[in-house]
Amino acid sequence: MNSNVAPMIRFVNVNKWYGRDHHVLKNINLEVRQGEVVVVCGPSGSGKSTLIRTINQLEPINDGEIWVDGVRANDPRTDINKLREEVGFVFQHFNLYPHLSVLDNITLAPIQVKKVPKDLAERTAMELLERVGLANKKDAYPANLSGGQQQRVAIARGLAMNPHVMLFDEPTSALDPEMIGEVLAVMKQLAESGMTMMVVTHEMGFAREVADRVIFLDHGEIVEDAKPDDFFTNPQTERARQFLRQILAPLHQ
Amino acid sequence: MTINLDWGIFLQESPTGDGPYWTMLATGLQWTLATALTGWAIALLVGSIVGVLRTVPYRPLALLGDAYVEVFRNIPLLVQLFFWFFVWPELLPAEIGRWMKQDMPYPEFITAALGLGWFTAARVAEQVKSGILSLPRGQKNAALALGFSLPQTYRLVILPQAFRVVIPPLTSEFMNIFKNSAAALAIGLTELTFQMKQMVEYSNEVIVSIAAATVLYMMLAFAVNRGMAWLEKKARVPGMIGGGR
Repeated sequence: MNSNVAPMIRFVNVNKWYGRDHHVLKNINLEVRQGEVVVVCGPSGSGKSTLIRTINQLEPINDGEIWVDGVRANDPRTDINKLREEVGFVFQHFNLYPHLSVLDNITLAPIQVKKVPKDLAERTAMELLERVGLANKKDAYPANLSGGQQQRVAIARGLAMNPHVMLFDEPTSALDPEMIGEVLAVMKQLAESGMTMMVVTHEMGFAREVADRVIFLDHGEIVEDAKPDDFFTNPQTERARQFLRQILAPLHQ
Repeated sequence: MTINLDWGIFLQESPTGDGPYWTMLATGLQWTLATALTGWAIALLVGSIVGVLRTVPYRPLALLGDAYVEVFRNIPLLVQLFFWFFVWPELLPAEIGRWMKQDMPYPEFITAALGLGWFTAARVAEQVKSGILSLPRGQKNAALALGFSLPQTYRLVILPQAFRVVIPPLTSEFMNIFKNSAAALAIGLTELTFQMKQMVEYSNEVIVSIAAATVLYMMLAFAVNRGMAWLEKKARVPGMIGGGR
């Protein structure tokens, strides 16, 4: 990794409030380099989802700067739609378009936003469906797929825009346990292909195995920012130690 | 007491010189159809726009949409028709007002179709808005996150789903507009109810005349209902909605 290259994502003194009193993000400073996989974890309500949603400005911020691939996301002069084309986003609840087939879900944005010719968009979509193992489902509708399948289609939909970054907001939290593996496998493969990824998740196995860094968030603050090995074996703060105890051995606290 | 019903009256010549009585009702039916269908086209267009405005994240536009619905839904249709027919031309610049009163073609029809359209648009707007609000918030976010502009998000993602949700209530509005078009007799449109009254007056066959109009209205409503049921079936998406049976 070349440290001279500008970071893919950069938070500079970012603050966000909900209303007047609820300070959800407190002075966040953070950099994600190109090709890096960063897992964000923390207790419920710590601001993880808010943090990841500020990157493509699904959540506006009150103060500070967010840069994505050299473009300032929270500048009113930035064409935010253009920036969002470069940033794939995978939601906890998939959010596939229920009125469109799997293939149309994937090709809609490339055709309508990037003006890619239909046949080319469909060819790319089929390649992506192969990659996530769902080529045989191209004509199915989302409601007829399992949760794991829907999430894999959602990942393919994000990749179809050829993004520079992929953001994942608790991608496996709404899944039945037996489907978590298939989604994590696709994400791991994506990480190995060199994609820059930021992943909010409680899947500590994924963090340990795939992530380059783990960020631990609590009460809107970045409390730890460490390599997975260090974070899991030698957490620096009591808050992180408590969180790890709760998540790794919930019956033995 | 015996009731004498002369069902042959339809074939008798009416004293108005317009041909037999059945043609009188047929003319009425034509105006009812023309008024209701034109009104519905206006209602769908205006109502969809107003309904969308009420959900956009720009407060002035949303308030404008709310104001439209409040005004047009809270005033009786009859009063609205009187307003557009008698008052509106007086409020316009004299030149235009005079044109509307003297030279505008089919003034009763145009006023009735527009008045009915604007009135029904308020109700359509309410349905469209509730359809949009019934969708999970994630749908809008998913579209925005992929780089769609807000208009694209509405056109490609939100409205195709919202309209499917509101086909059943829209069916009721579509049927209502045929029935409500009867109010246009008050401004002199020779629609079905107007012609029915004419027939009652000239023929004295009260029951037969009203029965005929009743049957025609019921047939219209039935046709609308079946047509919309067909549309609903055609637009159905596997597993999306309508699974709660």
